[in-house]
Amino acid sequence: MKLIYEESTPKRRGVIPPKSGIECQTKVPESLRRKEKAPLPEVSELDVVRHYTNLSRLNYSVDTNFYPLGSCTMKYNPKVNEQVARLEGFTTLHPYLSLVPGGPEKVQGALETIYETEQKLCEITGMKAVTLQPFAGANGEFTGVMLIAAYHKDRGDSKRRRMLIPDSAHGTNPASAMMAGFEITPIPSDPKGWVDLKALEAALGDDVAGLMLTAPNTVGLFDSNVGKISEMVHKAGGLMYYDGANLNAIMGHARPGDLGFDVVHLNMHKTFSTPHGGGGPGAGAVGVKEQLVPFLPTPRVTKKADGTYEVGVADSKKSMGHIAPFFGNFCVMLKAYAYMLQLGAEGIREAAGLAVLNANYLKARLQDTFKFPFQDQICMHECVCTSEWQLEKSGVNTLDIAKMLLDRGYHAPTVYFPLIVHEAIMIEPTETESKETLDAFVESMKEIAKITETDPEACHRAPERTPIGRMDEVAAAKNMILKA
Amino acid sequence: MSVPSELYYTKDHEWVKVEDGKATIGITDFAQHELGDITYVELPKAESTVSKGNEIATIESVKAASDVYSPITGTVDEVNESLESSPDVINTDPYGEGWICTLKDIVVDDLNTLMNAEQYEAFLKEEK
Repeated sequence: MKLIYEESTPKRRGVIPPKSGIECQTKVPESLRRKEKAPLPEVSELDVVRHYTNLSRLNYSVDTNFYPLGSCTMKYNPKVNEQVARLEGFTTLHPYLSLVPGGPEKVQGALETIYETEQKLCEITGMKAVTLQPFAGANGEFTGVMLIAAYHKDRGDSKRRRMLIPDSAHGTNPASAMMAGFEITPIPSDPKGWVDLKALEAALGDDVAGLMLTAPNTVGLFDSNVGKISEMVHKAGGLMYYDGANLNAIMGHARPGDLGFDVVHLNMHKTFSTPHGGGGPGAGAVGVKEQLVPFLPTPRVTKKADGTYEVGVADSKKSMGHIAPFFGNFCVMLKAYAYMLQLGAEGIREAAGLAVLNANYLKARLQDTFKFPFQDQICMHECVCTSEWQLEKSGVNTLDIAKMLLDRGYHAPTVYFPLIVHEAIMIEPTETESKETLDAFVESMKEIAKITETDPEACHRAPERTPIGRMDEVAAAKNMILKA
Repeated sequence: MSVPSELYYTKDHEWVKVEDGKATIGITDFAQHELGDITYVELPKAESTVSKGNEIATIESVKAASDVYSPITGTVDEVNESLESSPDVINTDPYGEGWICTLKDIVVDDLNTLMNAEQYEAFLKEEK
């Protein structure tokens, strides 16, 4: 497709405004003024409409096709959430209104939303209190580890410098802990994909601040030793941090608080249906057990005995302070609150169950075609296979298979992550996909597997039916040219 | 997969060669193959001290960013600055022009904890 500048024809106009009777006066110094007219595209209104309409038709989205990349990037979010977040009574509010005299009574609905969202998340996670202030998952992670640091510091226990992180963790875990000033000790996984308990035992000591665990882990497995792990870490004086990236697999079935976790962060877009396309705005709620409540960011919304809500900064001497302005991204909370109210307790449980069922269905139907490294275990909301069989037989790797999927109208799944699985293909269908969609995807994967044997060259050339063919990823990473 | 016999190896797929009290460090042929096309290398600072097992460099490829851990303790002497403009040399010549840095004031005893070529080859087989 052409750029709109390439569609430009001299003197062509979309709108010809009437001549203004006002003489132009400006105080902008001559030296700062444009010498030539701005180089804008010269196009008609229809040119513009067609250009952007055609451009939008090249978009790939979950509204048009299946995204086996799952909640990491784009799961389907009910449209009603958007409507709620657009209600004028909410969008025109200024957060300062909640802090000025006489203000809180004018924003009771917004305060109730914040309070009730926090309460529901407490119930789902088994935590004592939740803050919605962090702007995104990684921001929440940083908040969580800062809370752990504040807790140990407050106890006068300054030697706890190390954070333990399993090697299957998301890269943001070590990054957040490093940012908070911790040293990272990686804990290897055992052959089952779980935390290696012997290695954990050896790593524990009185300098350990905590362990950051994703449950289910990034290989899509639930580590049944989690209770034992909690016990070991607590015995050594450390805290348990729950990376909520995969809470959508267990919500309504198991609560991090009951599993022994002391701090949780939740990626609201993954589990509570708040889209984060384009880099934001997002929300990364953080929940804590009783002993960490005093350290939470302020301000906090509290409920008074008469049922009204107020904003309190009292008792905040130990608070870690602000991690984001005011209450965080309020409209994102609205979407999450609307989602939880729609689903109710039963629906929350069912959404998790369906996400797990869909992933296991794909695994069951694809396990003769692709190698599943943890084949004997029931997976959670995502299943990880590899292209090792294809690679060995015909030299076709995971990248080729991902590109082949593009040609068949699918977004590619997560590839080459988790790092502990060689040539990983991580498929997360999410709870919203029907059996028909999953069956069609399975057929495409089987067809691709067949082509890897009959015509491996075609696999290296893919994609051929997309608007842009196979990209030179090395050149894109090395010689990036950005221009307006 | 090439495994030169005169080098020492780590389980994280680094190699080290010691000559005249100085150590040269790089990543193995297996490692570069697994990473795929390398696009960027974050090099250590000269004169910084490193302990065995600590991060000394970061290598980014089209697939992932990976840390390189120092096989032995010492002080960074020279860094291979040519990797800044042509990191792909690690792909084409991991044991030669693709070296990452050299260390001085090294703890020679650390070599005893590393694998020789024969052991590393056996380790690679086991990993598979």
